[in-house]
Amino acid sequence: MGAEELATALTPLLAAHFGDERLRIDAPRRLSGGASRETWSFDAVLAGGGLVPLVFRREIARGVEPFRQSDEGALLRAAAKAGVPVPAVVLDGELAGRPFLVMARVAGETIPRRILRDDGFAGARAELAAQCGAALAAIHTIPLDAVPALTREDPLPFWRAMLDGLGRPHPAFELAFTWLGARQPASVGDRTTVVHGDFRNGNLIVGPEGLRAVIDWELAHLGDPMEDLGWLCVKAWRFGAPSPVGGFGSREQLFDAYAAAAGTDVDPGVVHWWEVVGTLKWGIMCIAQATTHLSGATRSVELAAIGRRVCENEWDLLDLMGAR
Amino acid sequence: MTEPHDAPSAAELVAAVREFLEGDVMEATDGRVRFHARVAANALSMVERELALGPGQRADHAAALASLGVADEAELAAAIRSGRLDDRLAEVTAVVRATVRAKLEVANPSYVRGA
Repeated sequence: MGAEELATALTPLLAAHFGDERLRIDAPRRLSGGASRETWSFDAVLAGGGLVPLVFRREIARGVEPFRQSDEGALLRAAAKAGVPVPAVVLDGELAGRPFLVMARVAGETIPRRILRDDGFAGARAELAAQCGAALAAIHTIPLDAVPALTREDPLPFWRAMLDGLGRPHPAFELAFTWLGARQPASVGDRTTVVHGDFRNGNLIVGPEGLRAVIDWELAHLGDPMEDLGWLCVKAWRFGAPSPVGGFGSREQLFDAYAAAAGTDVDPGVVHWWEVVGTLKWGIMCIAQATTHLSGATRSVELAAIGRRVCENEWDLLDLMGAR
Repeated sequence: MTEPHDAPSAAELVAAVREFLEGDVMEATDGRVRFHARVAANALSMVERELALGPGQRADHAAALASLGVADEAELAAAIRSGRLDDRLAEVTAVVRATVRAKLEVANPSYVRGA
């Protein structure tokens, strides 16, 4: 879709939404070339001259996501109601049979290396782990009946099927599946909540004061809430920085803030199990991204190079399992 | 040792392209293209290391797999999954660790060195 097509499709919808026949779309800019979604930034210019900064996202093709973007609007609304900082949903529906979403554009930084290294974010880094703990506790209170499209995912069979489907066996991943299968915490399955599924540095909009919004909900599903805490601790999301939580904070900050907000203690052993699952999962996703390039679906030097990052996850898995 | 080809060797050609990406291309670009130029240069660094280390790693890897009675990575993965090598877990883990280390020596050597 080009900028003109975007404006043609959205102008009447937004004009109706804002009750402003003279509304026009300005400064459209494509943000990412994702394989399964396209994202645009633009401004809605109102008759009085007011500017509304917005983001448009549309599904291009079915990816690995367990639910469709048409459900993301409902999820974002439910998350906002539960007190999670999220971009406000302006419009959602279908364009040419493909689900789309228009939401408020939240100002701030999402690039992990800037969040972790720029002086302007020093104050944010001190607060982020605790703010993430509180935001996760809020996500885990979203009523399940508000998001009927979400399905429960049994992690080990789900990721085993994904790996097998890619047809590139890895002995280190088999060791991890065996290790995880023998140590699955008894508590997994006791409590079923909404799980964001990709809550990590890179999917957080951050200002100098800290967390402003949690984005990229397309991997959301139902499951054990500790999955989100484990994923946030996966080494890849530290982007080379030493702190275990997203490169910006400590496990204690995260766990204490989560416990204070949720009213339930965090068992670090359970989070560790989920961190191992997360490391395995990111390793498998690296294979999947390289496959997206190799299959010709999206030719990209970036996707190709990610294939050679699989071994970083294998190394981390051996480390986490105490095998090196 | 690259006969019948003339100099530069394959490795030297790759190095020349990498230096071009790191220099002229990155200086002349910004944003997404500059980022992808960096990714591309990094990929060529991997190729250079694989050209240098690959032959020795292939021999070591084949010997390690043979010691476990398997022919390739797929067969080792299947043996681990089936439990066939459960009584040799320490040996299996040592082989897997050595293999992953070899892959990192090509893909991202700083990762092995405790980065």
